[in-house]
Amino acid sequence: MTLRATVAELVREFRASGRIVIVGASLAGLRAAETLREEGFTGSLTIIGDEPYEPYDRPPLSKQVLKGWVPADHTKLPRMREVDADWRLGVAATGLDRATKRVRLADGEQVPYDRLLIATGTRARQWPNPTEAALQGVHTIRSRDDAEQLQKALAEPPSRVVVIGAGFIGSEVASVCRELGIPVTVVERGSAPLVGALGGVIGEIAAQIQRDHGVDLRCGLGVSSLEGDSGGHVRRAHLSDGTTVDADVVVASLGSIRNVEWLEGSGLAAGFWGVGCDAGGRAFDINGVVTDSIYVAGDVARAPHVLYEYQFLAMEHWDNAVLGAEVAAHNMVNLEPHYRPHLLLPGFWSGQFGVNIKSVGVPPFGDEIVFTQGSVEERRFAAAYGHRGRIVAAVTFDHGKWLEYYGKLIEQSGPFPPPPPGWDQPPDMKPMPAEFPDPRVPTAVPDVVLTGHAPSERTAEFRPRRH
Amino acid sequence: MRIVVDLNRCQGYAQCVYLAHEVFRLNGQEALTYEPNPDDERRLQVERAAAACPVQAIVIARVDGAEGSATS
Repeated sequence: MTLRATVAELVREFRASGRIVIVGASLAGLRAAETLREEGFTGSLTIIGDEPYEPYDRPPLSKQVLKGWVPADHTKLPRMREVDADWRLGVAATGLDRATKRVRLADGEQVPYDRLLIATGTRARQWPNPTEAALQGVHTIRSRDDAEQLQKALAEPPSRVVVIGAGFIGSEVASVCRELGIPVTVVERGSAPLVGALGGVIGEIAAQIQRDHGVDLRCGLGVSSLEGDSGGHVRRAHLSDGTTVDADVVVASLGSIRNVEWLEGSGLAAGFWGVGCDAGGRAFDINGVVTDSIYVAGDVARAPHVLYEYQFLAMEHWDNAVLGAEVAAHNMVNLEPHYRPHLLLPGFWSGQFGVNIKSVGVPPFGDEIVFTQGSVEERRFAAAYGHRGRIVAAVTFDHGKWLEYYGKLIEQSGPFPPPPPGWDQPPDMKPMPAEFPDPRVPTAVPDVVLTGHAPSERTAEFRPRRH
Repeated sequence: MRIVVDLNRCQGYAQCVYLAHEVFRLNGQEALTYEPNPDDERRLQVERAAAACPVQAIVIARVDGAEGSATS
């Protein structure tokens, strides 16, 4: 038999009776499982999830679920096909042994794999003081249980809510509070809401929208401590300027932490920003060498992106979870030259204060911004972000139909400022600084990060010169 | 029945709101919210809404997804 025939035989055999393990039972994990079956994988499939629930959708949690319209358990994701998997739900993966190809579980079991997909996502960053975080009335929002508890607390209703951090989740929570008629104070360390994701120019507009809706918005401030009553219920937040705010519900929306701890010691390129992988989802080891059997998808993946100077992008976007999972799953059961790249043009949406905010590209990659359509005064507009004379991102407020136009320009590395779209142009199309915070300054953690090599970590092994 | 709307794709045409207003709602001019688990008696409405969506953003489950809920 020729080598080629042997390899083809091996692939056929793996597809028929190989063992694939997916760690992470959320959007990416489910879509990967469906794709594997779609691609003809008939071997054994095990899906491991730390929550007891079958895969559910998260975007509704901070919107219609919090508002009380939709119960939290109504968010189970639709199934596109039978995945015929062995589901291990309610048990976390605690370790990975690449030498023996086994995933260790919290209940002591070990699950062997031929190929592994890491889709463990992120979790909410908790309020850093554990005693204060344990007070009744202190919430985070990431999981179904979180949303259910916070919804109950908002239904009471509380006399005032304090939201710590004005990123997308914090702003959406504040929006729901106002829709429910609950007084809300938002405390943000940065200069404005959404500043990490969209910059200061857009942040200032978001700030005005919040204030117009009656949010008591305090920017450039932190919460230094939370105070509880004798019954262990939160009653007051102390701010860094010495003032206090009385509240009986506090929501910490401090960004997320990538679930990589279980990979400690596995020798994979896993760290603060996620698990490094190539554009096809194949995980890197700590030396930056691509692995053959381990793949990554969703929020926990970080891969170099051709449009952004091959910087590693980590994206907590719905699209990224779906499309990244499909690509990783495809590549898991195919061989070169049939690998596919996950070259997503990043995009996200957020509904808050009755405004539909959408974005395409990577705004923090830009340093300039120009309003290209609509009217800032009317809060319906499009704006483009530029970097060194080319367009790298766009954002729309209630102008979502135009996003595709900007997306095309970004894909083609079009010029900045972009050519006028020929409709609804503002009188003044002058580029200005986009005002992103210095990445070293802690602020609401953006949900897209440009990450680079950190030589101080000293985890790469350098090859000594022999001659 | 289970549905999900791809809100990256959704452009707020509101055809779904017109055809199934108990399931789909606009919050403001174009921010869509929806009930992801509508009653089965709304199936016809939801299917019409999905068919009418100009950008085909409404995804309806093709199989029942009870597996996975029983193991814990």
